[in-house]
Amino acid sequence: MVIGKPLPRKDARLKVKGEAQYIYDLSFPDEHFLAVVRSPHAHARIKKIKIDNEKAKQLGATIGTAKEIPGKNIVHVILDDWPLLAENVVRHVGEPVAIVVAKNPKNAKKAISAVHVEYEKLPELFDPTEAKDHSSIHIYGDNNIVSYWQQRKGDINKGFEEADIIVEGEYRTPAQEHAYIETQGCIAVPLGHDEITVYGSMQCPFYVQRAVADILGYPWSKVTIIQTTTGGAFGGKEDQPNQLASLVALGAYLTRKPVKYILSREEDIENTSKRHPAIIRMKTGASKDGVLTAVQVEHLMNSGAYATLTPAVLYRGCLHAVGPYRCPNVDVQSYAIATNLVPFGAFRGFGSPQVLFACEEQMDRIAAELNIDPIEFRERNLIKQGDTASFGQIIDNSVGMLETLKQAKKKSDWENKWKPAPDFNYVMEESKRGNYKWSGIGISTIFYGVGLGSAGKQLSRTGSYVQLEPDGSVRFAVGTTEIGQGMITVLSQIVASELGINYSKVNMMPVDTSRVPDSGPTVASRATTFSGRSLQNACQQIRSLMFEIIAPHLESDSCNLQIEGNYIISTSSEKKILVEDAIEIMYQERGQVAKAGWDVAPPTDYDNEKGQGNPYAIYAWCSNIAEVEVDTQTGTVLIKNIWAAHDVGRAINPQTLKGQIEGGTLQGVGYGRYEEIIFTPEGGILSNNLGTYLVPTTKDTPNIQSIIVEDPWKSGPYGAKGIGEQPLMGIAPAITNAIYNAIGVRISEIPATPERVWQAIQDKLQEEPE
Amino acid sequence: MKIEIIVNGVVYREETSPDQRLLDFLRDDLGLKGTKKGCDQGECGACSVLLNGKVVNSCLILMAQVPERSEIETIESSDSLILSLQESFIENGAAQCGACTPGMIMASSALLREKPDANLNEIREGLSGVICRCTGYQKIFDAIKDTQRGLVQK
Repeated sequence: MVIGKPLPRKDARLKVKGEAQYIYDLSFPDEHFLAVVRSPHAHARIKKIKIDNEKAKQLGATIGTAKEIPGKNIVHVILDDWPLLAENVVRHVGEPVAIVVAKNPKNAKKAISAVHVEYEKLPELFDPTEAKDHSSIHIYGDNNIVSYWQQRKGDINKGFEEADIIVEGEYRTPAQEHAYIETQGCIAVPLGHDEITVYGSMQCPFYVQRAVADILGYPWSKVTIIQTTTGGAFGGKEDQPNQLASLVALGAYLTRKPVKYILSREEDIENTSKRHPAIIRMKTGASKDGVLTAVQVEHLMNSGAYATLTPAVLYRGCLHAVGPYRCPNVDVQSYAIATNLVPFGAFRGFGSPQVLFACEEQMDRIAAELNIDPIEFRERNLIKQGDTASFGQIIDNSVGMLETLKQAKKKSDWENKWKPAPDFNYVMEESKRGNYKWSGIGISTIFYGVGLGSAGKQLSRTGSYVQLEPDGSVRFAVGTTEIGQGMITVLSQIVASELGINYSKVNMMPVDTSRVPDSGPTVASRATTFSGRSLQNACQQIRSLMFEIIAPHLESDSCNLQIEGNYIISTSSEKKILVEDAIEIMYQERGQVAKAGWDVAPPTDYDNEKGQGNPYAIYAWCSNIAEVEVDTQTGTVLIKNIWAAHDVGRAINPQTLKGQIEGGTLQGVGYGRYEEIIFTPEGGILSNNLGTYLVPTTKDTPNIQSIIVEDPWKSGPYGAKGIGEQPLMGIAPAITNAIYNAIGVRISEIPATPERVWQAIQDKLQEEPE
Repeated sequence: MKIEIIVNGVVYREETSPDQRLLDFLRDDLGLKGTKKGCDQGECGACSVLLNGKVVNSCLILMAQVPERSEIETIESSDSLILSLQESFIENGAAQCGACTPGMIMASSALLREKPDANLNEIREGLSGVICRCTGYQKIFDAIKDTQRGLVQK
């Protein structure tokens, strides 16, 4: 059985040899280079754009502004508010105003100064609290509200009346940068004025296809997008390539030359999307025996200057705000507000890490107030099979929540390690005597709605293509992308298993929009699950074709044939044939050897008026336990161990799966402890390289113990549900809860940098004079 | 300027300029595109190569700083330690997106040459100049420990 085996990654050999071709490794004859004229202001009116034609000519540069766009000057994502090149108003620092194309990168950069833009500065807004319903400064619509979602259940006032204890908190989370090692880039190769192919580092080639077609005014069938080996994405290459590919496509259209644009690290951090910063106010009520009675959430997300993916990100944030708990009375109000910062977008977890930080802090605070072990408190409230979630959905299958908790608890030796947090004054007294280092342990329990859910259901279909080759090997194509997560590997395992062909003989074709129909994006932990289902559909059709031709050779009826290992066997005649030999016969007998597969995701629905529905088809569950050591003198938090237990339905490949858990967990460590984009007072980005924006190194990573729980999903391929995002989502609160457990100090804003932890200690000293 | 340089055991006599970066010399002039790049500032380590046995960020080295007849090793090398690290990286699932992988393997080879029995703390220290954003480093540690076991068996 090829499913469940830690088979080596399909793309590993190319990558360890340095032979994989990233976008910056590709070149085309006579390629030209693009540079972008960007706004220096956060908010300004464009009064005039003057081109120094003489200078442009000297440099051999072609210049394009909004006027030169042959199609629509809109980069389509969700709300169609994002211009490719600003025409009248710029709304954030770094917004593209014009493009410059020249024969080499040096001349392209020089030619930027041939474009003189005269601006009239406008008042700016950076704080979403200030921007919401602002009377005069309008960045989006007439109230700056980009999106609104809610959850409502029961009677929130009654819920608080029934509570014996109410805890309130305000939480803040930062903008987080993806910091993929390969910066973004694209190359557009035109066929005269008629057709265009764009190569690039990206997650969602079909998004890019539409964006480029809209910008150039071409039919979609004249636009082909080919994904190159993508050196990390994490959501950062979901919407941004729409813009970057459109910029090079415009350059290629104007010059009729291949046009390349590879972002420098600074350009990438300053101008591409990041995780939305958020402010979350949360009020939670519980009975004295530790049962939730009410949860109220005010959730404000900073959208930045354009909507891009914000409505979808906010949807997920809203629906994950109450966590994986039963609660009869719920009121979640989620708003995304436009400001004059760079547009925020998708990042692993997609709006949920922000609210889950708040939610899991609240859970820990109530448990502490009630003097209950935080695991026990969670056990009293966690969703079990058959329970109803806060948004009204009955969760009826694949609920491995409690099993993840049980295993994380056992493997971490929680029973022996956890004790209530020490008294803060005692910690301070001991610190004065030189005992600065304090150990603590903390937990988070979270859930994740797999796939696009109701807000993106129109995109939730996937195509595939499977073709048998005369030598008994097979090639397949899908519309979702390999971005480092291991999709090629697990999908190859699925095809190998479905067709009885050796894993080594199954190969995936590069992702190219001309191979399969629009299959939606590679996001929301959906690639394995939904391309997997589509491939199962294609393989099932191929099996039928195969069985029909082979049946007479096995003196059997085709309905009695099945695949076992590498053989087709007949249950009636008990004869068998190697699949490889069967394929040879198919070619000899001129049988059809290729099929297209299709899959439509199971139904979802959500009624935002009522704040109730069935927002996702299936949920994944996870428990994280973190062990830390806090230095009270410096505020430094050392994260020693993390146990991450995940119910994934089924592990198709336990090795790549653990790779996802470990990598996501460390990005969660970054989010909770290290990473934060620092903006300048003018709305630019100060931490614009990897020397000032710090991501965890080998010296910062804790020992990560990944624990796999398999509670199969009846509709998943072999029971699989997906794993991309969950590993990041609950790490920050596990860390901050462990900090509290170590020194008795609560952290309400992440990342828990030494400065912030030290400040929290000082604030508490002020609060509680000895 | 003219330079004679030995890359992966092959002698090259090339015309270069003193302000060309070693990274661009390797990738553009010699066509050795296995050396990757990520920040152009010596922060991410993706462009790590060995210059006379020491691991360097090739984006920070100008050709003027490269001594005549220097020996350079890159991911395209057929050195046995580098080959066995590559196999261990495959075996252990230590490469995900692959953008840091060549640099990580070069840094690992420098570490193991200097300290074949490096313990986990020394491995953490030795690789701290190369950032991996995908793996959480655990499988990279596993791959290096595996390679070390192979070295002992030899």
